[in-house]
Amino acid sequence: MSDILQVRGLTKRFGGLAAVNDVDFDVREGGISGLIGPNGAGKTTIFNLITGVYKVSSGTVSFGGRDITDLEPHRIAGLGVTRTFQNIRLFKNLTVFENVLTACHASASYGLADSLLRLPRFRREEKAIMDKADGLLEILGLSDRKDAIANGLPYGLQRRLEITRALALDPKLLLLDEPAAGMNPDETEQLMRLIGEIRDRFKLSVLVIEHHMDLVMGLCERIVVLNFGQKLADGVPDAIRGDQRVVEAYLGGGDK
Amino acid sequence: MSSYIEGILMLSGINLIAVLGLSLLTGFAGLFSFGHAGFMAIGAYSAAVCTKLLGLPFVAAIAAAALVAAGVSWLIGRATLKLKGDYFCIATLGFGEAIRLILDNFQGLGGARGWPGIPPRTTLLNILILDVIGVVLLANLVRSRHGRNMIAVREEELAAKVAGIDTFRYKMLALVISAAYAGVAGALLGHYMTFIQPKMFSMVKSTELTIIVIFGGLGSISGSVLGAVVLTFLPELLRAVDKWRLVVYGLAVIGIMIGRPRGLMGGFELTPKSIRAHFARRREERAIKAGRAAEDGDEALSGEADGKGGL
Ligand SMILES: Nc1ncnc2c1ncn2[C@@H]1O[C@H](COP(=O)(O)OP(=O)(O)OP(=O)(O)O)[C@@H](O)[C@H]1O
Ligand SMILES: [Mg+2]
Repeated sequence: MSDILQVRGLTKRFGGLAAVNDVDFDVREGGISGLIGPNGAGKTTIFNLITGVYKVSSGTVSFGGRDITDLEPHRIAGLGVTRTFQNIRLFKNLTVFENVLTACHASASYGLADSLLRLPRFRREEKAIMDKADGLLEILGLSDRKDAIANGLPYGLQRRLEITRALALDPKLLLLDEPAAGMNPDETEQLMRLIGEIRDRFKLSVLVIEHHMDLVMGLCERIVVLNFGQKLADGVPDAIRGDQRVVEAYLGGGDK
Repeated sequence: MSSYIEGILMLSGINLIAVLGLSLLTGFAGLFSFGHAGFMAIGAYSAAVCTKLLGLPFVAAIAAAALVAAGVSWLIGRATLKLKGDYFCIATLGFGEAIRLILDNFQGLGGARGWPGIPPRTTLLNILILDVIGVVLLANLVRSRHGRNMIAVREEELAAKVAGIDTFRYKMLALVISAAYAGVAGALLGHYMTFIQPKMFSMVKSTELTIIVIFGGLGSISGSVLGAVVLTFLPELLRAVDKWRLVVYGLAVIGIMIGRPRGLMGGFELTPKSIRAHFARRREERAIKAGRAAEDGDEALSGEADGKGGL
């Protein structure tokens, strides 16, 4: 198996604080990898650097062998890297269907004139992406909420919708930022299974941030541990579980 | 039709075109502009140059007005759209005033005293035709992937970016199209009044356009149409109470915003389909209430359906 994402010497400074400091890691193609660490360890910052939301201070990110460091976020997304957010960011006033349909935009290529004049190409492609959005909602079990306003959905379904919207881009790498936050153990269990299913069905690679060690251990094939912006350890779950530094960081660092 | 009413109708129709454009920018892409009268001014003066100085046909003058306004807006967008929302808004305010001051001091086109003798080419018919074209094109745009991308920018810009939407490009597109609409409105206004003056395109005018869009409801084309007609007629009808005119106008706007904070039509679109859906919902509610009343025996019948739509 080859690596789909390679992070080398990744560093992000905010003023004097190095939120991410010289971090190296890889994400295996077709795998589910975990990024864990205590609060403020720099996990979300790494996502922001990979997706181009923040400018990198130094270091590189390459995706599928291509350097994507400091590309604009929409270009990185266009190459096949997308994400969800720790504090859910849906198109709040739109319906569930519209949220997903909007994200299907890149599956259509009709131009402005095609839209303004409703030319045949517009109708054809629009029909195709509507079917695609419907199909995704079906797979993710959101069909019966299709016309609900996103903002009004229960929390767990909002997270699920955000994942559906991300899948609409046909990503090759999906970054999930604490997808289980705020969920009860049942919902969490269900979500973890869903992530596995998504990986198999959509043939993508997943990098997931998660606070709860035990949770991540069950799901991920490889795990990267961060602490105070630095990489502490990196390896298969069993190796991580037995790693003395990791245990110390979690006991001393105040796990949630 | 009395020529007085016809005159007000024409003004509403002209305002409507500018309002439709601003509705795209503010209501759909979520960007506020307080300088749109500047684009109207550019359209009005460009069109007047075409007909009065170059002797071109009116259609060509209207096209030129749209193109020049769009071109200028592109430059403005290049310079300001990368700024955060609030700064863009302030930049448009500065732009509007700058255009007015430049025209004030440009004696070749009449300067501050204004430019008379523009041929009276605007008719109710050509306003209506352009209104219809304007509404149809806008409605088609917002219900396409391009329009949805603009709406995504309004809803959650960061999420739009990581969904692969080039937010800068779509803000620019919204700005350029809205400026073209304003340019056309300016062209029509000049050839209706036969006289243009920089102060007709002051910040007061820009603000009026924004008020109409908000009053009609952000993200609703039918709201913009209603808003443009109501808020152009209202001040005219209130001429009878001259001194109190603006007070009543202001109160009416405030009243609506209190009663319907999302504007007259806020997020709701008046289409045959939405009207049918609305009545279907009302019937359903009434049926449910009737059912409940039969059980409890004391349920009051009041069916106020709220217009909550998506796009
Ligand atoms: N935009 C920013 N400006 C300044 N400091 C920031 C910014 N973003 C993050 N930080 C800082 O960087 C550090 C790492 O933050 P980050 O959000 O990446 O942590 P995290 O590992 O995701 O934590 P959590 O588990 O709480 O989500 C924190 O000290 C945070 O305050
Ligand atoms: Mg975080």
